[in-house]
Amino acid sequence: MDLEIIGILVLWTFLFGYVMIASIDFGAGFFNAYSEFTHKNHIISNIIQRYLSPVWEVTNVFLVFFFVGIVGFFPSSAFYYGTTLLVPVGIAVILLGIRGAYYAFATYGKNPAKHYTFLYGATGLLLPASLSIVLTISEGGFITMVNNAPVLDYWKLFTSPLTWSIVLLSITSLLYISAVFLTWYANKANDKKASNLLRKYALIWAFPTMITALGIMVELRAHNPTHFANLLNLWWMFAISFLFFLGTVWLLWKGKKFGIAFSLLVGQFAFAFYGYGFSHYPYLLYPYLTIYDGFTNEAMAISLIIAFILGLALLLPSLYLLMKLFLFNKTYIEGKNPSSKGVPSK
Amino acid sequence: MINEEAVHYSRILTEVTLSFHIIYATIGVGIPLFIMIAQWVGIRRNDEHYILLARRWTRGYAITVAVGVVTGTAIGLLLSLLWPNFMEVAGHIIALPLFMETFAFFFEAIFLGIYLYTWDRFDNQFKHLLLLVPVAIGAAFSAVFITTVNAFMNSPQGFEILNNELINVNPIEAMFNPSMPTKVSHVVATAFMTAAFILASIAAYRMVKGSKHIYHKKALHLTVTVGLVFSIASLIIGDFSGKYLAQYQPEKLAAAEWHFETSENAPLILMGQLTDDNEVRYALEIPSMLSILAYGNPSAEVIGLDQFSEDEIPPLYIHYLFDIMVGIGTLLIIVAAIYWLGIRRRWKFIKSKAFLWLLVFSGPLCMIAIESGWWLNEVGRQPWVLHGIMKTAEGATSSNQVELMLWLFTGLYVVLGIGSVIVLTRMFKKNPIERELAERNQ
Repeated sequence: MDLEIIGILVLWTFLFGYVMIASIDFGAGFFNAYSEFTHKNHIISNIIQRYLSPVWEVTNVFLVFFFVGIVGFFPSSAFYYGTTLLVPVGIAVILLGIRGAYYAFATYGKNPAKHYTFLYGATGLLLPASLSIVLTISEGGFITMVNNAPVLDYWKLFTSPLTWSIVLLSITSLLYISAVFLTWYANKANDKKASNLLRKYALIWAFPTMITALGIMVELRAHNPTHFANLLNLWWMFAISFLFFLGTVWLLWKGKKFGIAFSLLVGQFAFAFYGYGFSHYPYLLYPYLTIYDGFTNEAMAISLIIAFILGLALLLPSLYLLMKLFLFNKTYIEGKNPSSKGVPSK
Repeated sequence: MINEEAVHYSRILTEVTLSFHIIYATIGVGIPLFIMIAQWVGIRRNDEHYILLARRWTRGYAITVAVGVVTGTAIGLLLSLLWPNFMEVAGHIIALPLFMETFAFFFEAIFLGIYLYTWDRFDNQFKHLLLLVPVAIGAAFSAVFITTVNAFMNSPQGFEILNNELINVNPIEAMFNPSMPTKVSHVVATAFMTAAFILASIAAYRMVKGSKHIYHKKALHLTVTVGLVFSIASLIIGDFSGKYLAQYQPEKLAAAEWHFETSENAPLILMGQLTDDNEVRYALEIPSMLSILAYGNPSAEVIGLDQFSEDEIPPLYIHYLFDIMVGIGTLLIIVAAIYWLGIRRRWKFIKSKAFLWLLVFSGPLCMIAIESGWWLNEVGRQPWVLHGIMKTAEGATSSNQVELMLWLFTGLYVVLGIGSVIVLTRMFKKNPIERELAERNQ
């Protein structure tokens, strides 16, 4: 296999990891704020305290890993994307900052103030919107070269239906992913009330997710016919993804086997995400940058891959330990453990 | 095409971000060591005070790390957003340590999450302490790797340039560049030193405010002793840094020391003022000292600024940054040494309010020294972003929206800075050690 392909597979996998766990994180914040607003307080906030607080920093590292990795494997991406993404990604970093501050000051400290909970919830919807713009831009047509420097056409970007359909998909799917995961988590925690509420949210957001995904296909056909044609060649991946989707919805509807429902959901998004990724090949940015002309030198590529394998050997057992303690440990999830209230402020 | 305005604002935004981030990063690298020592002593001596020290430090640490994660993510992304041309070149040569830094941080973040939420979950306290080891290692290695990248910017090697193309790249050689050993060890040692004095400040403050509790005395003794060790280490490494500069970046050393003409027996100039025609006034001169600092030989020849063209000389105000850094470092060694001797010889005055106040200021002073040191390092490398290869202006973005981003990010840092101070003070004010001890013994 080409080093280029190994590089992009590694990065795409980490991006997938980030999309999944960040969706859980962002969506939970939104549901938390929403239930505060509708006075179903504290149904979800306990789960957030117990699951999200210990892992949010890890979630964040997935993102850092992706953007450090892409500059390492594909240095030219720094030139094209770095120059053009200053505003959307800059704003995303500030929103991430607000979320970090919420975890730092509110959950490590004392009960968070109400308006801060709302702000925290709102960032959960604004973040996917600002981050998903990167995917839109990668489709080409929004960047022009002026004096040898890439320039982003904001007017074109914000008036393009493709932009908004990708934003919509990112929001609906994050709410869906988050609701399915939290249904399972609440059920494991024996919190029937929370589990039922979240199951309802999951079912509500299931079909909008599918419809917005179809919407993108339509928009892409007009915007980038090459990519659309590649997408159709991989129709079977999307078909498998759809079957997984049906499985999740069916299990949720029946109200059983939430663990399997969540696994199917991961499968659904994995097939769609990799299908999209493969069809994007070989472009990192239409039509300027492919993974071949933007690739680093061979010595660097090999040393990065070696570092990656060694790093993974350290990382996987550690991640397993983290999940074992906070995801699969029954007494902890149920909140029966004395230290499960997090870092006690007293 | 260089966009002058974009360069200007990119520099300010990077300066603001790094100056803010370095506070939390330094604390983040330094403090785990002290939590580890305290918990270890506590378990070994079965002394609840030390265990509580570890617990209370951890609580504060959790908050500073959270802010550090945010500012670290910000600077990580801003590097590519503000300096895309630089990162494109750097990506080809020095991406390896940058990449490994994320792994080190990954490791730290995972175990910190586990450590924070598993107090009292183990019957054997040593097992809990073991969880802290990867946190400390991850934090220290984050510093090692990221400083390696910075060292590379000062003394790039491990590649060749042929017709504007990079060839023969050797990532390992790039990592182990001449500046790396001194820079990395200086950063790690001063991080431990700063953490020591910040924790000492807190203990000293409680004592100044009238608390007679033995807990604070134990905290002060532990932190100042370890602080003394690392401040002496920092001084020794600092001396090696001077020798590195003399050989590889003589213009940085010459600018920091206002050494205009190449000469033997070069004197070290402390403080002073520069007139418009570069005459030094009101300065303290130590004869031959700069030659000793640069080559360990009083009669050695030290290269002066006369050997460099006007547009390759860093701003001369870095002289003051050097003085501040070295002045504070020396002062802290003296204070810590007096304290250490005073405890052994039972000198009365080290328990006086005046001396305690001095200790209260040690933490903030040390942080000022850290800031001056980084400014000296970064401004002293100008006009280069990659020494001798790429000028800062060439590395910058061409985007027109940098000013807007500067305001937004500054706003974020103000909120984070004020927020962390408020939360930390409230956390410990509401729950003084006396109360926590009483509650635990009920």
